[in-house]
Amino acid sequence: MQNAIELRHITKTFGRVVANHDVSLDVRRGEILSVLGENGSGKTTLMNMIAGIYYPDSGEIYVNGQLAEIRSPKDAYALGIGMVHQHFKLIDVFTACENIALVLDKREKYDLKAIRKKAQAICEKYAFDIDLDQKVYEMSVSQKQTLEIIKMLYRGAEILILDEPTAVLTPQETEKLFAVMRNMRADGKSILIITHKLHEVLSISDRVAILRKGEYAGTVETQGATEAMLTELMVGKKVELNIERPEPINPHLRLSVHNLSVTNAEGVRVLDQLSFEVFSGEILGIAGISGNGQKELLEAIAGLQATEPHSSVVYYPDDDRDSTAEQLIGKNPKAIRDMGVHLSFVPEDRLGMGLVGSMDMVDNMMLKSYGAGHSPIADRKAPRHLAEEIREELAVVTPSIHTPVSRLSGGNVQKVLVGREIAASPSVLMTAYAVRGLDINTSYTIYHLLNEQKKRGVAIIYVGEDLDVLIDLCDRILVLCGGRNNGIVDGRKTTKEEVGLLMTRLQNKGGVA
Amino acid sequence: MDTLIAWILRAIPFGTIIMYGAMGEIITEKSGNLNLGVPGIMYLGGFAGFASAYLYENSVANPNMVFCAALAIVCAFLAAMAGGLIYSFLTISLRANQNVTGLALTTFGMGVANFFGVYILNGSTASQSLVYKTFQTKIPVLSGLGVPGQILFGYGFMVYAAIVLAIVLHVFLNRTRTGLNLRAIGENPATADADGISVTRYKYLATCLGAGISGLGGLYYVLDYNQGIWATTGQIEALGWLAVALVIFTTWKPLNAIWGSYLFGTLYWLYQFLPTLMGFSVPGYVTDLIQMVPYVVTIIVLVVTSLRKKRENQPPASLGLAYFREER
Repeated sequence: MQNAIELRHITKTFGRVVANHDVSLDVRRGEILSVLGENGSGKTTLMNMIAGIYYPDSGEIYVNGQLAEIRSPKDAYALGIGMVHQHFKLIDVFTACENIALVLDKREKYDLKAIRKKAQAICEKYAFDIDLDQKVYEMSVSQKQTLEIIKMLYRGAEILILDEPTAVLTPQETEKLFAVMRNMRADGKSILIITHKLHEVLSISDRVAILRKGEYAGTVETQGATEAMLTELMVGKKVELNIERPEPINPHLRLSVHNLSVTNAEGVRVLDQLSFEVFSGEILGIAGISGNGQKELLEAIAGLQATEPHSSVVYYPDDDRDSTAEQLIGKNPKAIRDMGVHLSFVPEDRLGMGLVGSMDMVDNMMLKSYGAGHSPIADRKAPRHLAEEIREELAVVTPSIHTPVSRLSGGNVQKVLVGREIAASPSVLMTAYAVRGLDINTSYTIYHLLNEQKKRGVAIIYVGEDLDVLIDLCDRILVLCGGRNNGIVDGRKTTKEEVGLLMTRLQNKGGVA
Repeated sequence: MDTLIAWILRAIPFGTIIMYGAMGEIITEKSGNLNLGVPGIMYLGGFAGFASAYLYENSVANPNMVFCAALAIVCAFLAAMAGGLIYSFLTISLRANQNVTGLALTTFGMGVANFFGVYILNGSTASQSLVYKTFQTKIPVLSGLGVPGQILFGYGFMVYAAIVLAIVLHVFLNRTRTGLNLRAIGENPATADADGISVTRYKYLATCLGAGISGLGGLYYVLDYNQGIWATTGQIEALGWLAVALVIFTTWKPLNAIWGSYLFGTLYWLYQFLPTLMGFSVPGYVTDLIQMVPYVVTIIVLVVTSLRKKRENQPPASLGLAYFREER
């Protein structure tokens, strides 16, 4: 039987980063194929090339046996390929029907009643549960997703790509989605689903294709596959890194997080009654698939995120003495900073939070020191010295400390950011993705800096992506899954497989298999 | 009673001017473009309409009434569209800041109109001329039917055309595919783009046609409201800003512009008619304060709609933002 899609030797690079390298895989007709891989393994990029968002640098895509040139989403629609992205492409103030009408062929008559009828027929055929006259802004995330799928089917999609559809769904909604997916498969449609959750992979798909660091690691039949086997294929063999890890000296309780819950703007609970403790002189790693509450956790501690009632973050500035303990929830970010709790967050766009791109290093140092002293005129000398110091010590490559930081390369921007936070001699230092996009040498510089701080008795929270690094650098690793504490493991004893499993599967929760 | 009638007879033509301005701006803003050049565009429209009619009348032996009016309308529309085209090119193609571009266009339109107004027309007026007669011709027979006839039918054709246009625009925006696509672009151009709608083309067309409609407001002001006299008092500018305020007042719905504009007209003339009606006098320096009432009402509407948070009453979500397709 002919394959719906065949990818042959697909390679795609963004600048110097290789997103996909020589990937070849097949999608059969009438099957559900899971695409599995860690963050940054190139799953979404690969799917985007099938959907016409990106164009491969080299390699061929065959659709139904024909060599296809997919240069835009329109080309993809014409070939019967539809993709549901993580961020929905819907107009909020339109009804479901009006949103469907937007995708229609211009030659087709504009008649909302007829469109509604045809959409209703699709809903009934596959058992979609949706009110077609409802406005999108009144819909739940799951309903929006359903609408996106109906949109694609209305367009005549035979091959559907779903990018992490279950990330935003409750278990009940996920079951509903899976039921619909099975109906579509029975109708002969091919479905590609990206997901991190192994139990879902096992329950929904016929086969699993695995990507590792941009490369194709193989396809296995779901029947007979186990979670352990998939995890190993996904994370690969352990890499020896030889990162220094001094023993914590005289650890004391520094931060006690209790029952921390955060609900985001969409009403989704991103942190769910999270409790853990952080000690001085240790590095606590935070592992988890991205978007499982890491950002919200750090921001909640730093006072940048509103929390649910009964959340508590107690800070012990004076070792673990109760008399000086302070509740951080409810304090403003500046007050928390002044108490010594520092956040250096490296967001996806690097400059978004922490540094001002159009300002030079000196001015960026001043962002944190402008309030010092009593003179109405800000002190520029100290920040200039600090900028010089950071430039020398961290080997920041820049023409001058007066060059706008946006002109620096990503790694250098990160050095400036981390350097500045460390210079404030914090007692709690939180870093997120501190080495994202950095070359190996610069990464080691950053690890070294963190270890220096650790030796000085700073409590460090390190949110990382690379499991090898987390296991080699951190004393303890807290694994987040679905915004919950899914277990804390000892960095010296744990294995990659153990952390990988904890990341992808909630513990102590009945009903998931 | 007479005062009340006089008030209405003043408020409706006044409202019609800003109704045109606002309807054009609604179409523009539905595409996501915030064009603050409405006053300048109304100047351009008013001037082009007036100048073309004036030149035609003075150069032809037996000028035709209908042709003269049609010529004025077409010229006003085209001149205003040219203003919209400048705005579109700067903001859509060159992605200049919409606020700054719009404000500059206001200054530009005023300057051009006033400069050529003095240069070409050299202070002459077209009062009592043919084109004014055409524009202010009331509906025959019906307008003679006492007070109701006077209030309902005692205006030039542009007043009725504005109401028809508002209904047409309402149907266009809510009942046609093109209208649906246009609204989608104003809400979320990336989605519209992904669905294969040409964002740039829609934005250009909506902005230029919107400007053309706004320009008719300037034309109506000069050739009917101002009795066919070229205005150099700067009142068009004040009217232009009122039109922008009216867009917000209508919550971007053309049908609301009909009654909203008449309400604005009534409120604007409050200072003159209310004291007479109530039998008290108001010192001259207070009148400026009273003329502010339409703006106050607009602010109240803004506050109320943002408090109620009804999504349908909010501005188009991408209003004021330039769109460019991300790297693909």
